[in-house]
Amino acid sequence: MLELKNITFTSGSDDGNVEIIRDISLTVGDGRFVVVTGPNGGGKSTLAKIIAGIVPCTSGQIILDGTDITDKSITERARLGVGFAFQQPVRFKGLTVLDLLRIAAGRELTVAQACEYLSEVGLCAKDYINREVNASLSGGELKRIEIATVLARDVKLALFDEPEAGIDLWSFSNLIRIFENMRKKDSGRSVIVISHQERILNIADEIIVIADGKVIRQGAKDDVLPEITGTDYSTKVCQKMA
Amino acid sequence: MKQLDTVQKRLIEEVAGLHDIPEGAYNFRANGESVGRQTTANIDIQTKTDVSGIDIFIKPGTKHESIHIPVVLSESGIKETVYNDFHVGEDCDVLIVAGCGIDNCGNQDSEHDGIHRFFIGKNSKVRYVEKHYGSGDGSGKRILDPTTEVYMDEDSSMEMEMVQIKGVDSTQRTTLAELKAGAKLVVRERLMTHGQQNAYSVYKVSLNGEASSADVVSRSVARDDSYQKFDACIVGNAACTGHTECDSIIMDNGRILAVPSLEANNIDAALVHEAAIGKIAGEQLIKLMTLGLTEAEAEEQIINGFLK
Repeated sequence: MLELKNITFTSGSDDGNVEIIRDISLTVGDGRFVVVTGPNGGGKSTLAKIIAGIVPCTSGQIILDGTDITDKSITERARLGVGFAFQQPVRFKGLTVLDLLRIAAGRELTVAQACEYLSEVGLCAKDYINREVNASLSGGELKRIEIATVLARDVKLALFDEPEAGIDLWSFSNLIRIFENMRKKDSGRSVIVISHQERILNIADEIIVIADGKVIRQGAKDDVLPEITGTDYSTKVCQKMA
Repeated sequence: MKQLDTVQKRLIEEVAGLHDIPEGAYNFRANGESVGRQTTANIDIQTKTDVSGIDIFIKPGTKHESIHIPVVLSESGIKETVYNDFHVGEDCDVLIVAGCGIDNCGNQDSEHDGIHRFFIGKNSKVRYVEKHYGSGDGSGKRILDPTTEVYMDEDSSMEMEMVQIKGVDSTQRTTLAELKAGAKLVVRERLMTHGQQNAYSVYKVSLNGEASSADVVSRSVARDDSYQKFDACIVGNAACTGHTECDSIIMDNGRILAVPSLEANNIDAALVHEAAIGKIAGEQLIKLMTLGLTEAEAEEQIINGFLK
């Protein structure tokens, strides 16, 4: 279970300090699939980075399964079971897809095991396993590999920052299937996805709307989704693509 | 063959990947003298009479054979210059593994300057692997100043892999190549320097024949207070294609000067150079840390991958 208590984040700028996250408190229970939505610039990505330890919060407390992780490093949080899929995946010259999956799994994966994760994200494993994670891969390919690195880890809490960005329509259905699989598995794993996509919102247990650094709505999917459908917080796939 | 001691065996393993006596032709050199040699029906090795070194003659049509010529220095204070000439006949396909390992526990400098010349016959294919390695905690420096000259006849090809990852205090590498029509040269250099090390790498590749091509790529990492200079010049004297690339990571107080240059003396010469130097991107470290690595482990993975 993840608990955020009174999280704030203030960033210095030329005009003084800007509050990006204003006193957010929320709880994500074990095995819950939560979609965080809201307008661009509302603080969603920052909040995800605060949970993963990439950005330190200015004040507040983060508790994972009863352990206070507020002052823990990115590495410590990762080892405690926090997984994070970047909105814009990073490229590495020289590291292959297999290298990255092995690092993610934290063990000597066999090629066959690594291939399973790649197949899961819809990549033909034999074409990709030995490729470098460099500029020769397209944005969509990188994005799927990024998701595979989270699947390869046995995490308690998986964070996905706009997983659909840069993914084509075909793999979009695949993405939905991945999330459905993640929740089907009786792992107790919590998943937080930042997204605007109606189809992702539609498979949520719970929806949290963040705007202007605050939680403005939080509740069961069936209660929240009808209220926000058709707004900027929830876009149909084709609209967003166009 | 004379018995090699443990230090010498370890050095040979580092530079030539050999645990034992290799198959095919070989010449082992340890502390300034030849300690073992084997020739084959197609490959002859002769000691030079005027200077220190050997002539290697590879008969035309020799295919799928290998030649190992590792050199080890395990005594402090040795300084040697060795001339090795490879005469590769026409229509050959061979692997040549060279390399030098220095273990210097003493306080005098040890230096090995290998001057390798390759004369590659028409249609021949050569793969050349050269590794440099230094160890030992003495105050004496470990110095390697290799010169490589490559003369490529028509439609020949050569792939050179040159690696220096550890322990060499000072290196000044010069590589010169001249290519005739249809000849193809590929160079992959990997270099890591640390401590107070200095490494200079100079290339001059002349594309003299029509449809000749060269691809010279260096990947390097400079750590601590080390310094590197990469100076690669490709000269296009005919309708040819040439590409040179220097891609480097700097860490700590490491410094790198990259001087890629191109000279086109023919209207149909197509030449490209690229150079990039920078520290490890913060986001790369962060990504690997979110996978559970510490910052130091992440750095190591990134560098290992980069130099692979």
